[in-house]
Parts: sequence; structure tokens; C-alpha cells
Amino acid sequence: MALDDQSKAKRVFKVVGTRPLRPDGVDKVTGKALFGADLTAPGMLVAKILRSPHAHARIRAIDTSAAEAAPGVKAVVTAADFGAPADEAVRDVLVNCMAHDKALYDGHAVAAVAAISEAAAKAALKLIKVDYEVLPHVTDVDEAMKPGAPVVQAGRQVETVGEGFSENVTNYCEFGHGDVEAGFAKADHVIERSFRTEATHQGYIEPHACLASFASDGKADLWCCTQGQYMVRNLCSQIMGMEASQLRVTPSEIGGGFGGKTTVFIEPVALMLAKKSGRPVKIVMSRSEVLRATGPTCSSSMDIRIGMTRDGRITAGLARLRYQGGAFPCGTVEMGAMAAFAAYDLDAVRTEGWNAMTNRPKQAAYRAPGAPMSIYGVESVVDELCQHFGLDPLDVRMKNAAKAGTKASYGVTFTDIGLSACLSKAKAHPHYAAPLKAGQGRGVSCGFWFNFGGDTCVTLNVNMDGTVSVTEGNPDIGGSRASIGMMAAEELGVTFDKVRTQVVDTASLGYNEVTDGSRVTFAVGLATIKAAQAAKTVMCQRAAKIWGIDAEAVVWEDGCAKPSGPNAGDFPPMTLAEIAAVSSQTGGPIAGHHEVNADGAGVSFGVHLVDVEVDPETGATKVLRYTVFQDAGKAVHPSYVEGQMQGGAVQGIGWALNEEYIYGDDGRLQNAGFLDYRVPVASDLPMIDTVILEIPNPGHPYGVRGVGETSIVPPLAAIANAVSRAAGVRLTSLPMSPPRILAAMDAARLAAAAE
Amino acid sequence: MVKVAIWGSLRSFTEGRAEVEVEAATTREMLDKLAEAYPGLRPQFERGVSVAVDGLVYKDAWFTPLKPDSEVVLMPLMVGG
Repeated sequence: MALDDQSKAKRVFKVVGTRPLRPDGVDKVTGKALFGADLTAPGMLVAKILRSPHAHARIRAIDTSAAEAAPGVKAVVTAADFGAPADEAVRDVLVNCMAHDKALYDGHAVAAVAAISEAAAKAALKLIKVDYEVLPHVTDVDEAMKPGAPVVQAGRQVETVGEGFSENVTNYCEFGHGDVEAGFAKADHVIERSFRTEATHQGYIEPHACLASFASDGKADLWCCTQGQYMVRNLCSQIMGMEASQLRVTPSEIGGGFGGKTTVFIEPVALMLAKKSGRPVKIVMSRSEVLRATGPTCSSSMDIRIGMTRDGRITAGLARLRYQGGAFPCGTVEMGAMAAFAAYDLDAVRTEGWNAMTNRPKQAAYRAPGAPMSIYGVESVVDELCQHFGLDPLDVRMKNAAKAGTKASYGVTFTDIGLSACLSKAKAHPHYAAPLKAGQGRGVSCGFWFNFGGDTCVTLNVNMDGTVSVTEGNPDIGGSRASIGMMAAEELGVTFDKVRTQVVDTASLGYNEVTDGSRVTFAVGLATIKAAQAAKTVMCQRAAKIWGIDAEAVVWEDGCAKPSGPNAGDFPPMTLAEIAAVSSQTGGPIAGHHEVNADGAGVSFGVHLVDVEVDPETGATKVLRYTVFQDAGKAVHPSYVEGQMQGGAVQGIGWALNEEYIYGDDGRLQNAGFLDYRVPVASDLPMIDTVILEIPNPGHPYGVRGVGETSIVPPLAAIANAVSRAAGVRLTSLPMSPPRILAAMDAARLAAAAE
Repeated sequence: MVKVAIWGSLRSFTEGRAEVEVEAATTREMLDKLAEAYPGLRPQFERGVSVAVDGLVYKDAWFTPLKPDSEVVLMPLMVGG
């Protein structure tokens, strides 16, 4: 069998699918792992950033002279120190890192100081005089879209946006097929509801941190916690006006990212301060800075209309989505619009989306960006239609489920997908049949994410002692060092403990896209398998040389080179270790590498099932039981896959019940800390149960699909459907905090009394 | 000729057509021909598009082969978390 054509064979795995100890575990539990803030350098300065106290203000002047003269201060920077990158998207990143003519949101950086101590830097910040002209602001998406709203940035509207909106509306998109109005006419009942979701933060435990060093010959080094060192290099080199090769970026261990570390916030500032001062400069954000000035997800306002026949067939779906992604254009609503109805096989569907700028921080990606909100709206209306007709919510979803051959609302025909399998598993699971008490409710929801591949580069070295070093370029945010090492071991036929996988700096390997889009286990895994195959080819050639036969007459089986058959000769198999031991004598070091813009990631579906209890006195919701069903294609390390499924569910539970950015009338964030921005903790939650399904992805040699993002999509609607059934009233706004639930229950009681 | 599906908000630049035909053997050639025939698409192409061919999504891949019966769908350039 050709080494690159193994996907067609039924493969029996030896390493993939097992649960070895995590390779980063000892370092992390003993405190030895080096995170962004752990890095230091001789002569290092500490930098602090001055941030706007206004939601929207023109910066008339900044006087830094007193700060520059303050004791211990070595450099001060403002926007005046930076040029203007040619690329508009890079320019936006720079303006977000350091405000230019206007402060666009509460917390927007306006100046930074590097000093010999944190105290000196903080004291100097107070000496910077910023002359602001306070401007009217807008933080609500619907308000921002109205003609006459305060304009956040002028001239950013693209050509598809029609008339009748303010200049804040930057993007419009529309997807779908079929005659939606005719579809609604076929329905026995149509429900239209409006929904709102609030902005939520990724909530990674590790704040952004970096250390920059700039040499007098123009070479620079940057250490930082990031989801993509190559992305950091690209952005920072363009912002600093340097060649990419002159900037080496080394990623630290990372304490969570979830999409929020797929851009830069402080790194260009640290580099400019290092360049000006000639000293290494470190910046560590506080939690308040993280919440005020790094990217949460979009907030949304939506209208969803769905028609259904009395036997549960959806006849048409329409979604109008309005997202705000802060003070800069963003395309997240496009992904929300494409994902909204992805779970359903529909003859008539249309989704429309608008993005509006507001005086809020620039949004950053957050697990399946855009999808959780739109799918929350759709899945809520589907649930309400099920209640209206007295139909089983899983039966209705199975009746309408997308499958191989379904044309998705965004135009693509699905191939092998696992939605129906997830729904069937959920229906058959004991959780679904478990009895509920009064005041309790059960909710279900489907979820979907596209999954990506992208640019990937892997080098695999076979060491002379028979061990293997895999070099990859994607920070490990969800266990990828384990899964990559396991795939290398599987392909080479060695045990997992013989393989060590390292994530390296930008000078050590070619370009790798950021760790996002659930791409790493899929794309880096694929490249690792190909690199291992390349190394096996070399090892077969070496064995052939030793045996004096043609290389084509040697095959690789069970971790050994073997003659392909009796005609090839009678030689005992040579193990990887035996070939590696004589590699110097047979031609030199043995390695394999692979570079690819990987495609074939394969879309991902999941189904969540949750029971809740709502306290009618307080409006508080308790999550009683939660089960996640998700198609992983092939689970390489099932414990990590379960962790991704559980983690997504927990973040979605937070989004549904507690988390929100709260702005005052002055446009300032009111809850910039973890005491007031309430993420769920272990004591808030039951154990999240998981059921992994494996419907192989034909685009990967082992069938792997990305699993990192889909799991945050269903919880919003699953919880909302459960709470709505428990409370006896449909909730249409997230988070469903106790006051909101009480208000909805009170309004329902009053309405019932009035009838 | 390959048929290319155009998403809704771009159809104002393809004379209202949801599907257009171009003579192209690769994704790059298809995008070039589309921009030539429908110049209104050019700004979106400059911002970035993905192309789905028979269900697989390609990002910035120029030489993906297209067959006359391929399902070719334009999609916005996407990002993940």
C-alpha cells in the first residue's frame, strides 16, 4: 500500500485512541511551566499603559514631558511613535493597540511608559496629560445602526451595505436558497421572535503578557503568550516597519486562549518601548485591562422566523442578525449567518447579517465566532414550535437534520457528517428518559462549526537513540502536543513515550497559521503523519542499502523495515531504533517534513442535553445534569476530546446564565473584574458527561475532525430551552440572570392573570 | 465551464444571478475570470474569499482543480477561535 493512501483501509490503531499521561502535566502541576509573565531578561524594564477613561473622545494633545523626566522612566510612547501600516487590517490592529486621533472605547490605550519598576511606571502614567474632547458615544448595536447615531469611525462601510443605516454599519451579508415566503405559507404555524445576547469574554486565566528585546542592529526578540507566534511576527513586523526575519517570536506556555489570543494588544507597544529605551521591556496586563481592552465576542440582536407543519417539518427559516464587534469593522456576523440553520435540511432559508461599530473594545475571536448567537436564536424558535405542536424536540430535529447531500444555507453540499448519529445517541441516552421534577426543565440544542485547516509546517527528526522529535509551530492550547506525538508514534510504529513534541519559535520552522478554527489536531496531525511517512521512506531506503536490495522492495510494518516479500530477500526486520543507530554510517541524519495549506477539515456537529431547575423565589438557575454528544471523526486522545467538549459546554453555560459586559450610561464598563464578571466555577456545575461519536472525516488519514469549537455552540439554546420549560415562559435574552428570569416569570403571571 | 454559486449579498454585482458560469480550470483562474466579468465583486475578492469545491473549503489556494461538474461555492474568508 502506498504510504500516502492509507485512508481507504480500515485501520487498527495502537496508539491513537489511548489515553497516555499528558506531556505538559508535570511542568504545570509543579509550577515549572513558563507562562508569558514568567519570562525575565537582564536589565529588563516594566511597562504600564495609560488608558482612556472615556468611551469616545477626540485626543487633542498628549503631553508626556513630565513623565519622561520622572525618576526611573526610560521611554514613553504614544501613537506618534508609530507609522501607518499599508494594510488596513494591520492598521486597525495598531490603532487598537495605541489610539491615534480618537479614543474609541473605555480602556483604549493612549500612551505607555517603560521604567525600572512597576511603581515608577505607574507613577509616571499619572504625569501624562491627555487633552480629550469628549464625544457622544454608542454601545448598543441597535442604537449604533440608526441614522444619526454617533459615528465611531467614518468611511468604513463596504459596498454591500444598503441605504438607511448609520455609517457605523460596516458589513452586510445574505445567504440562503428557495422561496422563504412560499415556505412560510406551507407551515401550519410560524413563530417569529427577537433575541439578544451580550458580549462575553473568553475568560482565559492567563492575562496577556510579553517581553520584548530590541538590539542595536535592528534585530528583535519577542516572548509572549499567544495562539500564534507567526501571526504575532507578521503583525508586529509590519507595525514596526521591519523585515519578518529580523523579529523572532517565541511562544510561552499558554493559560487559555479560546480565540482571544489570535491577535496582538501589547506586543507592538513593548517592542516600540524596547526600541526607544534600548532595554528589554515586559508588559503584563491586569485582569481589568484584559476585560476593558482585549476582545470579547460580539453582542447581538436578532429576529428569527421559522415555519413548521404540525408533524414537525420545517418549511422555511429566516434570520436577521445584527452584531456589534466594537470600534472596528468585523466579519463575525457572516459566520453567524452561515451557521444559523446549518443543522437543518431546508428547501427555503434566508439569513441576513449586519455588523455595526460601537464604542466598545475591538472584538476578538471566541470559539466558533458568530455561531453560538445565531444558533441560539434558531434553536430557541425550533424548541418553541415543538412545544406548540407537542412534539418531541429530538424527533423534530431528526426529521429535519442535515445529512450527506444536504445543501447548507451557505451553499455547500455536506458530505459525511455526524449530526443524525449525535441526535440518535442523545435520544437513546438514559439522560433523555430520566424523570424531571416540578420546577425543572430539559433543553436540547444542535450545534455546528465549519472547522479549518490552513498553512502548516512540521519537521520530524529520528534521533540516533531511536527516539523521535517532532517540531511544530502551533501553541498547545488543548492538548495538541499529546495528539501530535501520538499520531507520529502511530505512523512510525513506536510507543508514545519515544516521541517528544515541541512548539518552536518563528525562526525554527516555516509559517503556521494560528491555533484556531479547531485546526491543529486536524492540520498539524495531517502534516505530522506525512512527515512521518517521509521519514519512513528514508528508513526503508537505508535498510535497502544495508541489505543490498532495491528500496522499492522494502516496506514499513509494525515499526520496522521489512523485505516486501520472499522474492525481495530473507532479512530480519530492522526496527526504527536499529536503523537510527547507524544513520550516520548509512547517509546521515534521518528526518521527514511536510508543508501544506491543509484542506478537508470537515464540518463538525454536536448535540447538547441539559436539565436545569429554576428557583421561582430568586430566579436562580441550577444546572442539574448535562450531556454532550459530538462527532470527533477519530478521537486521538479521548481525554482531551472530552475536555474540549466539557470546556465548551461550561463556557456556553456561563454565556447563557451569568456572563455579560455591562456598560453604564457613560459608556464605561461597569464590571471589569472576575468578581462582577461571573464565569462559572466548578461548584456551580455538575460533572459534564460526554459521548464521543466517531464518523471518520474523509479529509484526514486517520479520520480526525477538529473538536475545539463546536462544543460552545449548543449550550446557549440548550440552557435557554431548559430554563424556558422550567420557568414556563420563553426567555429571549442572554444572560438569563436571576433578575431577568424573575422579570419574565412576573410578566407571564401578570399576563395570565389579565386573561 | 464551471458553475459558481454566489452568496446573496454579492448578487447585486452579478446581475442578480445566484449562479454564474465561467471557463476556468483552477480556483485562481475562476476568481480572475469572475472579477473580469463582474468588476463589482473585486472589492470583496480583495478583502478575501474562501472557495468550497465539492464540499471542501479552500482558503487562498490558487491551484485547486475545478471540473465542469464540480460544486463551486464562494464563501467569505472565515476565522476561527
